[in-house]
Amino acid sequence: MQMLFRLLKSHLRPYRRLVILVLVLQGLQATASLTLPSLNADIIDRGVMRGDTQHIWGIGGLMLAITAAQMVFAIAAVYFAGRAAMGFGRDVRADLFHRVTGFSAQEVNLFGAPSLITRVTNDVQQVQMFVVMTCTMLMTAPMTIIGGVIMATRQDVGLAWLLAVSIPALALSLGAIVRRMVPQFRAMQDRIDGMNGVLREQIIGMRIVRAFVRERHERARFHAVNSELSETSLLAGRLMALMFPVMNIVVNGSSVAVVWFGANRVSTGDMTVGSLVAFLTYFTLILMAVMMATFVTMMAPRAAVCAERIEEVLDTVTSVTVPVDPVTEVAVGGQLELRDVGFHYPGAEHAVLAGISFTSRPGQTTAIIGSTGSGKSSLVNLVARLFDVTAGAVLVDGVDVRRLDPDILWNRIGLVPQKPYLFGGTVATNLRFGKPDATDDELWEALRVAQADDFVAAMPGGLDGPITQGGTNVSGGQRQRLAMARALVRKPEIYLFDDSFSALDLATDARLRAALEPHTRDSTVLIVAQRVSTIIGADQILVLEDGEMVGLGTHDELLRSCPTYAEIVESQAGQEVAA
Amino acid sequence: MSEVVKPPQQPVGPAGMRWGNLGMPTERSSDFGTTTGRLIKRLRRERLGVIAVIVLAFISVSLSVLGPRFLGHATDVLVGGLVSGRGVDFGRLHGILFQALGLFALGAALSYVLSYMLAGIVQRTMYRLRADVEDKLNRLPLSYVDRNERGDLLSRVTNDIDNVAQTLQQTLSQMLTSLLMLIGTLGMMFWISWVLSLVALVTIPVSVFTMKFIATRSRARFIAQWRHTGQLNAQVEEAFTGHSIVKAFGRAGEVEETFRRTNEELYEASFHAQFISGSIQPSMMVVGNLNFVAIAVLGGIRVASGAMSIGDVQAFIQYSRNFTMPLTHLASMANLFQSGIASAERVFEMLDAEEQEPDVSAGQLPVPRGRVEFDHVSFSYDKARPLITDLSLVAEPGKTIAIVGPTGAGKTTLVNLIMRFYEVDSGVIRIDGVDICSIPRHDLRSNIGMVLQDTWLFSGTIRDNIAYGNLEATEDKILEAARATYVDRFVHSLPDGYDTLIDDEGTSVSAGEKQLITIARAFLADPAILILDEATSSVDTRTEVLIQHAMAALRSQRTSFVIAHRLSTIRDADVILVVDGGRIVEQGNHADLLTRGGAYANLYNAQFSGAAAEVA
Repeated sequence: MQMLFRLLKSHLRPYRRLVILVLVLQGLQATASLTLPSLNADIIDRGVMRGDTQHIWGIGGLMLAITAAQMVFAIAAVYFAGRAAMGFGRDVRADLFHRVTGFSAQEVNLFGAPSLITRVTNDVQQVQMFVVMTCTMLMTAPMTIIGGVIMATRQDVGLAWLLAVSIPALALSLGAIVRRMVPQFRAMQDRIDGMNGVLREQIIGMRIVRAFVRERHERARFHAVNSELSETSLLAGRLMALMFPVMNIVVNGSSVAVVWFGANRVSTGDMTVGSLVAFLTYFTLILMAVMMATFVTMMAPRAAVCAERIEEVLDTVTSVTVPVDPVTEVAVGGQLELRDVGFHYPGAEHAVLAGISFTSRPGQTTAIIGSTGSGKSSLVNLVARLFDVTAGAVLVDGVDVRRLDPDILWNRIGLVPQKPYLFGGTVATNLRFGKPDATDDELWEALRVAQADDFVAAMPGGLDGPITQGGTNVSGGQRQRLAMARALVRKPEIYLFDDSFSALDLATDARLRAALEPHTRDSTVLIVAQRVSTIIGADQILVLEDGEMVGLGTHDELLRSCPTYAEIVESQAGQEVAA
Repeated sequence: MSEVVKPPQQPVGPAGMRWGNLGMPTERSSDFGTTTGRLIKRLRRERLGVIAVIVLAFISVSLSVLGPRFLGHATDVLVGGLVSGRGVDFGRLHGILFQALGLFALGAALSYVLSYMLAGIVQRTMYRLRADVEDKLNRLPLSYVDRNERGDLLSRVTNDIDNVAQTLQQTLSQMLTSLLMLIGTLGMMFWISWVLSLVALVTIPVSVFTMKFIATRSRARFIAQWRHTGQLNAQVEEAFTGHSIVKAFGRAGEVEETFRRTNEELYEASFHAQFISGSIQPSMMVVGNLNFVAIAVLGGIRVASGAMSIGDVQAFIQYSRNFTMPLTHLASMANLFQSGIASAERVFEMLDAEEQEPDVSAGQLPVPRGRVEFDHVSFSYDKARPLITDLSLVAEPGKTIAIVGPTGAGKTTLVNLIMRFYEVDSGVIRIDGVDICSIPRHDLRSNIGMVLQDTWLFSGTIRDNIAYGNLEATEDKILEAARATYVDRFVHSLPDGYDTLIDDEGTSVSAGEKQLITIARAFLADPAILILDEATSSVDTRTEVLIQHAMAALRSQRTSFVIAHRLSTIRDADVILVVDGGRIVEQGNHADLLTRGGAYANLYNAQFSGAAAEVA
C-alpha cells in the first residue's frame, strides 16, 4: 500500500489542480444527491398525498434542475478525472520506459525483458484504473457519508449509535477480505509475467520447437503457467465473490435493525414514522457510499501490487551511471586504452576478464581472437560501456569512460554486435538509427562499404524496403551487413566489430575488409573474429584464453611466440597450408 | 498444396516503426454482435454452470425484490399499532423482521454461491481461451510469426485476455441480476398500476437511445485504446529486446520520442473511452429522475381524481426507483462490455488467422535411411522476387552435403523447405522417395535434427536445454552429448554446473557456448537427417575441429546438410554444392572443385590466400 501512495504522490502531483477540481465537482454532486431525498419526500407528502399537481410540477421542476446540475457536475468530474488518471498512466509509462532505457544490460537481465514489458503496460493499466475509480467513486464516498450522517442524526439522535456499529462493521469485514486478496493479486501479476515469458520464448523459438517436434512439451509448459494463473485468478475471484454478499448482509441487516430499534422509539413517542423512514433512507445512502468505497478498495490490492512492481523498476539504479560531473569536452581522436582491465558478473566468483592491457591508436586495427567463452564479447561491451569494469579502467583519449558523458562516448562508437538485432521498419530507418540526419547518399555509401548495396537495391522499395522485427526477413549474413552499415553511417572514431564477419562468405568478407580499409583509416578499430583470414592484416592481435591475455602482437610475431595462436591458425589452415 | 505465404507487407507508421497488419482491427461496428456471440459461445462448455447461475440469480433477485416489501410490512404493523391505539404488536413486528433477515441472509448466501460459481466459469473459460491461443500459435505458418510483431501478439494473449476476463467477471453477474431485477420490478409495477407502468416503460426506449448514442461513440474509442495498447507493447518489446543497440547508438532519445507519441495516442484514446463511458451514469440519472417526476405528476392527478390510493402511488414510486437503478446499471455494464468486446475481437482475430495446411497422413516414412531429394523445386517468399528456381539435388544416405554460396543465395531457405516451415511453390522434396508434403509434419521433423545460427535457449537449466533434444534421455546420455560437443568443458567452470540457469538473452554463457548447447541438443536427438546451418559460426575454430570429430561419428550414419561460410567447416563434406541466385552453380568434393578452378576455388582462395602465404 505504501508503494501505491508513493507512486500516486509522485506522479499525480502535476495533476493536483485537476484532482482538487474533481474533488469540488464531486462534492457539489454529492450535495445535490443528498438534497434529492428530501425533495422526494416533499413531493409525496405535499404533492401526491394532497393531489396538488401544481406543487408536484414546482418541486419536480426543481428536482429536474438539480439532477441536470448534478449531471453537469458529474460529467465534468468524469472529464477532469479522466484527464488526471490517464495523464497519470501516461506519465508513469513514460517514466518507466525512460528508466529502463537508461538501464545497462545487467539490470535488463535482472528483471527480464518480459517482466519489464508487463510492468510498462499491464501494471500501469491496473494502477491507472484504480485512479479512475478513486476519482469517480471513492471521492464522493466520504462526502456522502459525512453528509448522510449529519442528515440522519438530524432525523433522530437516538438511533445514531446504529451508524457507529454498522459502518465499522462493514468496513472491517470487507477489510478482512481485502487483506486476504493481496497475496493472491501479487501472485497473479507474477504469473502473468511467467506466462508472458513462456509465450515469448515460444514465439521466438518457434523454429526450434517445431524442428524438435516439441509442441506437446511446450503445450505442457504453457499449460503449467496457464493453470497457475487460472488458479490464482480463481482464488482471487472467489474472495471477491464474498464481498457483495457480505455487503448485502450488513446493509440489509442494518435496515432490519433500524426498523427494530426504531419501532421501540416510535412506540414510546420519541420518534415519528416519517423520521424513521427518512433515517432508513439516509442510512441506506451511507452504507451504499461505504460499499462504493470498498468496491474501489477491492481494486486497491491489485493496484498496490502493481505499484510495488512499478516502483521496483523506478527504484533500480543502473550500474552504469552517468557521472555527476561528466567530462564533456574531449579531444578528437579515438585512442583506446585498456589498463589492467578485469570484469566479473556480480555474485560470480569466476572472473570473465582479468589483467587486460593494450592501447589502440586511431588508424590502428586491434583484433581479438580466442576460444569460445574466453571473454571477447565482454571486452567489447566494456569499451561500449554496456557494462562497467570491475578492475582497472577503459580510457578513451586518456579519459576513463566512466567519467565521460555516456552520450559523448556512444557518439564516438560504432558498435556491430554479435547478434545483429534490426528493428522493425525499413532499411533506411534502421540505418538512420546510426545517424538520424543521414542523407540517402550517405546510406548508400555505407551500404556499399558493407557490401549490402546489391541486395538492398534488389529489395522492393530499396532503402524503403521493409525489415521485420529482429530482421527475420533477411538472411543472417544480410543482417550482419546491415548492422555494419548502420555503424558505418555514424562515421565513428571507434569501431567495435563483435564477430561481425561470421555469417559472411569469404569473398564478401574479403571485399568488405578491402572496402572498409579507407573508411577506417582515421578510426580505431576493434575486431572480434573467429577466422584468422579476417584479422591477419591487423596491426595487433590480442589472443584471449579464459579471460586472460596470452598473446599480443602481429600475426607473424604471434605465430612464433604464442602457441595458442599457432594452434588457432593450424585449426583453420589445415593440411593444405602446411604442405 | 502450398500454403499461402503472403509477401511481407507492413504499413510504415509515421515514426518509421512498423505496425503489423494484424494490429489494425478495422473498425467494423457490425462485428460487435459477432464477437459477442463468439464470446458467449465460448461459455457453452460451461452451460450447466451457466444455467445454475441463471437459476440462482433468478431466486436471489426474487428475494431482493421481496425484501423491501417485508420491511414495508413491518412499517405497516408499526403504523397500524400506533393508529389503532392498541399499542405496537412487537411479537408480530419482530417475527416479520426475522423473516426479512432470513430472506436477506438467504439472498446473500445464494449470491455468494452464484459469484463463486461464476468465478470458476469465467476463469476456466479464460484458461481455455489462452490455451486455444497457444494451440493456434502451433498451427500458424511461420510466415505469420515472421511477419508480425511479437509485442502485439503478446499483448493479445495477456492484456486483451486479461481485459476480457475482468469484463466478464464484472459484467456477467451484474448484467444478469440487473436484467432480472428490471423484469421483476416491472412485473410488480404492472400489478399495481398498468397506466403508470406505461409511463415508466417510456423510459426504456429513452434509455436505450441514450445508451446507443453513447455506446456507438465509445466503441471506436475502446477499439483504439486496445489497439494502441498493442502497439505500445510492441514498441516496448522491441526497444527492450534491442536494448544494447539503442544504448550504444545513443538513440534512447529517439526511441523515447517514438514511444512518447504512441503513449500520447494511447492517452487520448483511453481518456475518450473513459470519458464517454463515465458519462453514461449521470445521463441515465437524469432519465431516471425525469421518469420519477412524470410518475409523481400523473400519480398526483390520479390521487386527486380518486383513481388510485396514496399507498399504491407511494409503493409505485418506490418501485419506479428500483426500476431505473438496474437500468442505469445495465447501461454502464453494457459500456464496460464494449471494452471487453474490443479486446475479444483482437483475440479472435488472431485465432482466425490462416493456418498452415493440415497434415495429410497418406505418406508413411519407413525406417528412414535419409535419402533427400530436391526435384525441380522453386520457391519465393515474395512472388515478385523468385528466390529458388528449379533446383534439383540428391543427398544419398550417410553422406554429408555442404552448401556454400554468397549470403542471400537461399541457403537457409533450403532448410525452411526441408523442415516444411515454408511450403515449396512448385516441384517436390522427397525423403526416401516419399514426398514430404504427404508426411505429417511431426513425423517429418522428428527425423531431422537442426542447429541454427540463431541459438534459441529457453529459460531453464543447461541440463534442461540439452535434454530438449530428447525428453526421455537419461542423465548419462545428456552428459555424453555434452562431452561430445564440448559443453562439458565450460560447464565445469560454472559454479552451478549443469544446473546453471540460462535464457536466451542472458549473459552467463557466451554466444559460442550457446551454440555448443544447441549442438548438444541436436546430438542428443540423434536424428536420421542433420541440418547444421552456420551452427558453429560463433564457436572458435579449435573447438570446432574437436566438435567435428565428435560430429563425424554422429554423421557417419546419417545424411547431413552443412551450411557454413567457414570453408574449414565443410572441407571434408562428401559433396559441396555451390549455390548462387537460387541455383546450384557447381558441385563436387573439395579436391574436385579446387582443381576445376571455378566459383568454389575463388571462394576458397579468398579465405586462405592470406593465411597460406603467411604460414608457408
